[in-house]
Amino acid sequence: MPFEWFVALRYLREGRSQTALILAAVSIGVSVVVFLSALINGLQASLIKQTLGSQPHVTLHPPELVARPLFAPGTTAAVVLEQSPQRMRSIEQWSSVLEQVARVPGVTAASPTVTGAAFAIRGTAEKPVIVRGVDPERFRAVIDVQSKLTTGRFAPTGSDVVIGVGLADLLNVTVGDKLRVTAAERRDAIVTVVGTFDLGNKEVNDRWVIASLRQAQTLFDLPGGASTIELRVGEAFDAERIALDAAERTGLEADSWMKINAQLLVGLRSQNSSKYMIQFFVVIAVTLGIASVLIVSVVQKSREIGILRAVGTSRSRVLRVFLIEGAVVGLFGSFVGSALGAAFSLAFAMLAKNPDGSPTFPVQLDLPLFAGASVLATSIGLLAAVIPARRAARLDPAEAIRHG
Amino acid sequence: MADVLRVDDVVKEFGDAVVTRVLRGVGFALERGEFATLIGPSGSGKSTLLNLIGLLDRPTSGRIWIEGRDVSELDEAELTAFRGRTLGFVFQFHHLLPAFSALENVMLPSYAAEGSPTSAMRARAAELLSAVGLQNKLDARPNELSGGQQQRVAIARALAHDPALVLADEPTGNLDTESANEVFELMRRFHRERGTTFLIVTHDPRIAARSDRSVELVDGAVVYDGPPRA
Ligand SMILES: Nc1ncnc2c1ncn2[C@@H]1O[C@H](COP(=O)(O)OP(=O)(O)OP(=O)(O)O)[C@@H](O)[C@H]1O
Ligand SMILES: [Mg+2]
Repeated sequence: MPFEWFVALRYLREGRSQTALILAAVSIGVSVVVFLSALINGLQASLIKQTLGSQPHVTLHPPELVARPLFAPGTTAAVVLEQSPQRMRSIEQWSSVLEQVARVPGVTAASPTVTGAAFAIRGTAEKPVIVRGVDPERFRAVIDVQSKLTTGRFAPTGSDVVIGVGLADLLNVTVGDKLRVTAAERRDAIVTVVGTFDLGNKEVNDRWVIASLRQAQTLFDLPGGASTIELRVGEAFDAERIALDAAERTGLEADSWMKINAQLLVGLRSQNSSKYMIQFFVVIAVTLGIASVLIVSVVQKSREIGILRAVGTSRSRVLRVFLIEGAVVGLFGSFVGSALGAAFSLAFAMLAKNPDGSPTFPVQLDLPLFAGASVLATSIGLLAAVIPARRAARLDPAEAIRHG
Repeated sequence: MADVLRVDDVVKEFGDAVVTRVLRGVGFALERGEFATLIGPSGSGKSTLLNLIGLLDRPTSGRIWIEGRDVSELDEAELTAFRGRTLGFVFQFHHLLPAFSALENVMLPSYAAEGSPTSAMRARAAELLSAVGLQNKLDARPNELSGGQQQRVAIARALAHDPALVLADEPTGNLDTESANEVFELMRRFHRERGTTFLIVTHDPRIAARSDRSVELVDGAVVYDGPPRA
């Protein structure tokens, strides 16, 4: 074993109470960092998962009609923008656009849809709904309804539809029942419910009627058309970049989930900054703690360090002895702290339950978190040891032996 | 030059505002294989001089040669390396590192110099500890040893890397007469058997009397240098 390691490990073993003290400081610090990260990362992951459970990553639609002023700028004019509220427009030549966007780097799936507002009527009950006309195979690749089915099958073909569990409750229908769906301009259709789903979002569960593309085209008078193309991308947080890319290539307008949920992302970001701030102060406190204990130990060992220097130990070796002490304690503290932090997190997850007993959200304990904690704690240990180690290395051996 | 040590007109002052001149032009030389004592009243500058020779401190003026090498030319790192190779130390108090066993203490100078341990180092340390009669105490910690035993370990440590010159600052000062005798005899034996050069600071006139040569320091100057006076 190299000399520095031999001496450092021996000192750590011999200075039991000091070692225990810094180990405790590191462990507690790391456990706070791990616990906080597991909690916040878990919360955020579950928020994002919930958001993305019923939303495509990117939605492409035809550009809004832009009103061009007829007058030169500077002259005053009243411009009345008239947008027919119900008139839906199709993406021109959407099937070639579909092929085009499928090739955009990062896009993993693309699905054409006809989406519009309507009413679902059964008996005397009448509820506002959103009809999503889709190609089942393509749609499933963008939003995974299949695995969220509560009853029936995901087979929106012909006049069969799949509806949200909330809507099924509101209208009191089950698989096999029929509904009437009425769009504007008195177009309507009788459809059969073949499945219900729970996408984890009340708004969606209460309103979505997933129908076949053809059915929706008829309902909204868009023969052969598609009002949007919805995309799934490999990395959710690349969505905005890919949306811009896709918009540029197709000339369509593209909205990413990140843009639509800007509020949520701002919230997550500020939650992250407060997490980082807390962790930053924990790191500072732990660093100071380690540094002060190590300084005391250097002062206590002055004479020994003097003797080591006198028998031919170089300054750099003495320096490394104390750096190693700091790093080793940091590393071990990160193991203990990770275990503690994981235990806290799991205990918290067991205590924090919804009224019905299901966990509110899963804490996120993963390898990158533990690896990060080890790297962080080892660096803290090293950093904290710099001043004590330099002090030890600079010690004047003659003085240290005389007074130490 | 056959001199192991040459000290030439060495002056050492301490303090900035109030300067105390502790050594005022000390000069003497030791040939290879000499067994000398450095004596003098308390405060006469013996430890100060030994620290300078031991390369733990630098003189204010004057020169020191060790093994023909002008040590004022060495930088900090070279001094440390040179010290490790050439010199062996025996201190009066707190000589050993309490966290390490007797064997490890003896190995430390070579271990520190080379960076990693070798079986030769271990064998040599064990051999030296048997030579000082501690073959049964290899794994003992310093606090499990008597003062005399500790000092014998310190001597073994000073000799571990075959230094040209062993410097001992009152090695027997802290021991009862019997242990002091033992420790002194041990140094004499190593001198006899291995021809190592010794410079021993002592207060004890009986010890000085049993050396081959005595250098006496009073008020930072050499007042006598010759065969020990009875
Ligand atoms: N680092 C220092 N700073 C200031 N004064 C010092 C220093 N080292 C030694 N002195 C002074 O130098 C003088 C000589 O000290 P030194 O330790 O060399 O004496 P000594 O001969 O070894 O004495 P003793 O026999 O008591 O050990 C003393 O007056 C001491 O106070
Ligand atoms: Mg002294």
